[in-house]
Amino acid sequence: MSTLTKFLLFNQQKNSGSPAIREKKLGIWHTLSWGQLADEVRVVAAALLLEGVRRGDHVGLLGENRPRLFSAMAAIQWIGGVVVPLFTDTNAQEIASPIQTAKIAFVFAENQEQVDKLLGLIPQCPSLRRVFYDDELGMRHYRQSQLLSYEALMAKGRTGLTEVGAQLDSELERGSGKDPAALFFTSGTTGPALGVLHTHEALISRVQSVIKSEGLSSNDTSLAYLPPAWLAQHVFAYVIPLVSGSCVCCPESSETMLSDLREMGPTLFLAPPRVLEALLTQVSIRISNTGGIKRSIFDSCMAVAKRVGAGVMSGEPVSATDRLTYQLGDAIIYGPLRDVLGLSRVRKAYCAGESIGADLLLFYRSLGIDLKQVYGSAEMGLFATLQATDPGLSGSVGRPAPGLEISLSPEGEVLFRAPDQFSGYYQDADSTRLRTDAEGWFHTGDVGWLSAQGELNLVGRKQDIGSLKNGGLFAPKFLENKLKFSIYINEVIVLGKNRDAVCALVDIDTEAVGNWADKQGLSYTGFADLVALDEVYRLVGEVITETNAELAKDLNLVHAQIHRFVLLPKRLEPDDGEVTRMRKVRREVIAQRFASLTQALYDGSKVGHVDASVRYEDGSSGQVSGTVMIGHARIFTAQSLQKAA
Amino acid sequence: MNVSMHSHDAALDAPQRGFPIGAPILELEGVSLRFGGVKALTNISFNVLEHEIRAIIGPNGAGKSSMLNVINGVYRPQEGTIKMRGQLLKEMTPNYAAQIGISRTFQNIALFKGMTVLDNIMAGCSLREHASFLEIALQLPSARKEETENREKVEHIIEFLQIEHIRKTPVKRLPYGLQKRVELGRALAAEPKILLLDEPMAGMNIEEKQDMCRFILDVNDHFGTTVVLIEHDMGVVMDLSDRVVVLDYGKKIGDGPPDEVRANPEVIKAYLGVAD
Repeated sequence: MSTLTKFLLFNQQKNSGSPAIREKKLGIWHTLSWGQLADEVRVVAAALLLEGVRRGDHVGLLGENRPRLFSAMAAIQWIGGVVVPLFTDTNAQEIASPIQTAKIAFVFAENQEQVDKLLGLIPQCPSLRRVFYDDELGMRHYRQSQLLSYEALMAKGRTGLTEVGAQLDSELERGSGKDPAALFFTSGTTGPALGVLHTHEALISRVQSVIKSEGLSSNDTSLAYLPPAWLAQHVFAYVIPLVSGSCVCCPESSETMLSDLREMGPTLFLAPPRVLEALLTQVSIRISNTGGIKRSIFDSCMAVAKRVGAGVMSGEPVSATDRLTYQLGDAIIYGPLRDVLGLSRVRKAYCAGESIGADLLLFYRSLGIDLKQVYGSAEMGLFATLQATDPGLSGSVGRPAPGLEISLSPEGEVLFRAPDQFSGYYQDADSTRLRTDAEGWFHTGDVGWLSAQGELNLVGRKQDIGSLKNGGLFAPKFLENKLKFSIYINEVIVLGKNRDAVCALVDIDTEAVGNWADKQGLSYTGFADLVALDEVYRLVGEVITETNAELAKDLNLVHAQIHRFVLLPKRLEPDDGEVTRMRKVRREVIAQRFASLTQALYDGSKVGHVDASVRYEDGSSGQVSGTVMIGHARIFTAQSLQKAA
Repeated sequence: MNVSMHSHDAALDAPQRGFPIGAPILELEGVSLRFGGVKALTNISFNVLEHEIRAIIGPNGAGKSSMLNVINGVYRPQEGTIKMRGQLLKEMTPNYAAQIGISRTFQNIALFKGMTVLDNIMAGCSLREHASFLEIALQLPSARKEETENREKVEHIIEFLQIEHIRKTPVKRLPYGLQKRVELGRALAAEPKILLLDEPMAGMNIEEKQDMCRFILDVNDHFGTTVVLIEHDMGVVMDLSDRVVVLDYGKKIGDGPPDEVRANPEVIKAYLGVAD
């Protein structure tokens, strides 16, 4: 089958009654079968034809994961349109550029909030003609001619179904795998958003090879809780269910995601590292709040898991005693814990978006969750490499997917070439040329190495990796992931490239540190007050000292110990540009915003000064300013470590 | 969250509100309330129009909460009358007030602390339950049907107030701002005609206040509920309300639209203590 629409109709024929989408609404899970979904999609597609959407048109989608978002996407693709999912938590200005670039005329918006953004953009986006909205709440007073409710659109489709029925059939026939299916704008850790077109064929063939190698089937269930504008989420929650005929569940809201996860018990799970970190933090906080006996049982079981769990998971030889202890631990701790996390039915879990720290990956694997790191990007697609066998402790991300060639530049940068799948940025030849060489290799900006078996291993971002003044290698991501494994650290940026020592800017985890402070009997009025406490500095200092002790054991890393740190007096927010919408750190922005702090870290000052602007959700802005302490961590040498031992 | 106060910028040529302000729904005439020798309220008269948002403001001890307590029958005034839609309300009790469609929230949250959010809001429906005790105890079909209907109604309120994530959380574990929201939910579950809110925004931070303002406006706009509220935050009062009554030492010293009240010298004096 060549298009996603054909897969939809195939599912309608083959498993008409089995669930396609489940959604929790008003406290109850509702199920939409493949038959019902396909019927609804046909009606919406008819309405879109009557509204004047034509083959090749780009249609924007500005909403969270709801069945109607999925129906709309399928309907757009039915008549040859291209879906352009946009991030919903952006301010209006950020979506103006994709709308202008892709000349979007039609947008599906979820609610009043999104409609308001779009209506405000009409003067600067003349292409924007029509907005379909889903949630009627608060929409009663809107009289703009551009607006049409999803209900009204459906009604239009139902009455017009006979009129355009033949046209629907012929559009379906005309659809070919070479047609563009979706246009994604990269959230980009650097520079403005760039568009990447994906054809039906590229999406389908990649997913088919994953289904085959990973053994996915129509019995699988997944949870759609990440932004639909993120390619990985689109592939995971839209393309995979269509191609495999499996079911996708939409949580009630982002706040209820954890309890919905537990209620649905998905068998496939996709998460960026930050979600896995947040889950771990939740568990740790709850455990630290329980009584002594429970805590000691938990701690000793987790110690066993840490020692042998990953080995058991990967099928490595483990002694009989260890195996038995692990099974006991599984009965009393790991199993119940998987259940509380909502991951007890998970067969395959994937971490995408950023490289995951080895500690975090091992934590989940030692609990008996088959978590793997997958590699991908907007340009390469998700699952650009596939892990054929068990990753074990190697940290590799596997071999390139069919149709995708991977090689390395002399500097170790990962290059890829996929003539059928990626032909450059949408209407941006300059950006394409900037990153593609004469032989057609696209420069990913990631540094890695290939093993003897041809498996790719990632090291970090090229622009971040460098060396210290004393010549030692400096790979910040590795250090950051190590530090972020602590529940008290939410985000951290380590500095050191071309400097004489490594220092860190730390964004504390408010919940975990707040909980800790409560138990210590420390009082504070808010975030700014909390990060200024001497005790919190000491706490983070201890975390860093522990990491330093670990680094000192390795000759290659002994120079990478963190000497000084500051706790950032504001949280890193996408609205302030410090992190992307997918919560990836933007180093340049942070370096610029906290330049005076960085300077203070290196010029021997006792305190640093901050003067940064913040943008609030309602669009107004304010200022964060004040003095920030410089914290110091202990530095170890091989001798001092031995002495301590 | 996108907070829009009264000005729906995007709703260009649309009418300002879902339910236009109508005739008086509540009329107070010469109300006086004394506790022994202490005069809590002295000869107060004002009215509340259907579908409007009416604020009662005043310094501490001005008699604002007493005023609400008179309206929903907690206190019986020694003098004066209260009419609802022209009908004299003689034997007012809180129970009766609830039956004729007057719901309220309290200054010091009065929820069932050990019960979940869902159960607390469900409790607000009990007034409208028709099944007898026996029918409920025996789980007869009629009682179960009613419970299902109530639950659906409550779920709409939960969605409306965006508290899905704490549906099953015991109220005592919630932060103050959310407890206030739950209390509003319980008041709404009785499907009131008139909603009395006693300092709905006390002790909240700016973001919580903005959320609460939006919920109050939405309640008024979507359900046409008449709102009578007591509030200290002048900014909130001026933004939210259609008309304001100002009390000081149990006497009415001002009454009218926010701008007019703000310019009233007596009000300024009572609030700022300006010497004349």
